[in-house]
Amino acid sequence: MANPKQMPDEFYQWMKQLQEIDFVLVELTLYLDTHPEDYDSIKQFNEFAEKGMRLRQKIEKKYGPLMQYGQSYSGYPWNWDDPPWPWQM
Amino acid sequence: MWVYEKKLQYPVRVSKCNPMLAKFLIEQYGGADGELAAALRYLNQRYSIPDKVVGLLTDIGTEEFAHLEMIATMVYKLTKDATPDEMREAGLGDHYANHDNALFYHNAAGAPWTATYIQAKGDPIADLYEDIAAEEKARATYQWIINMSDDPDLNDGLSFLREREVVHSQRFREAVEILKEERDRKKIF
Amino acid sequence: MSTYRKSWRPYIGPNDPCPPIEIKYYETPPNLYLGYQPYGLKQFDPSTALFKGTLWPALYAPYSNPYKKKREEEE
Repeated sequence: MANPKQMPDEFYQWMKQLQEIDFVLVELTLYLDTHPEDYDSIKQFNEFAEKGMRLRQKIEKKYGPLMQYGQSYSGYPWNWDDPPWPWQM
Repeated sequence: MWVYEKKLQYPVRVSKCNPMLAKFLIEQYGGADGELAAALRYLNQRYSIPDKVVGLLTDIGTEEFAHLEMIATMVYKLTKDATPDEMREAGLGDHYANHDNALFYHNAAGAPWTATYIQAKGDPIADLYEDIAAEEKARATYQWIINMSDDPDLNDGLSFLREREVVHSQRFREAVEILKEERDRKKIF
Repeated sequence: MSTYRKSWRPYIGPNDPCPPIEIKYYETPPNLYLGYQPYGLKQFDPSTALFKGTLWPALYAPYSNPYKKKREEEE
């Protein structure tokens, strides 16, 4: 069987952008767990949450679902299994 | 419940096929201070710790699973196309005899992961001090592996993981401060 | 500002078989000094933050093999 089509550079760039946004959110999450009354950081958290959701939707629309159990829409046919998996990227 | 995301926390890269480094790295997969032990330690402790720090244990524990996947990715890339001969030459002959190129939860010396690596004393201070120590030990392990690795791309990912241990330790230290706080102090002063 | 690497000189015995490592190093990362993180600390931009592994310069301390340079100098 032929090697399945590899992903274009654009996919890698978008995923990197998503990793950047999501990393800010991870850092702010842990920080807010011990600083629950830092208003400015909560504002920043919500701004990045919004940004992340928009970028995730853009990636999924073109390249398929990133999350499961209904957190992402599916294409037809079911495209959750399509490579690359994270360790194959 | 947990929801999986088809994305690594950090873009892991490896420069060259090098099963020897995989043998060292597996310490952080199934070793005493590895990412599996970390995730299970925190997610288990949270059921008996004061509410104020349950969120932190949940979130750090969850991040540890993302780190476990990063380590798995590094091991996968380092060994993916290694032949049986290359595995043997890298000191992975005993691993290969049992597992082929499959990953397994054991440490660099081949000892399988055991629940005795983690503690749950039920005393919030004892548990958080254990967590702080675990983060410092994991940081040290990353340093020792970086010292032995000549793969700049791999070291890039390992440096990320080492820095995460520093941040987690910081947050656990803050959690101890939260639990030390005098409940009524604000009213008195 | 605090330094994040310390060193010490281990005892060298007359019968030690390996060539001595004269200076040993250990790390003392920023989490040992920061205390409870204050509000509003300066942040890295998102791309730099991901690369460094933290959002805050105050928590960042890079690491490299402290013994590598020495070996290269000897060669």
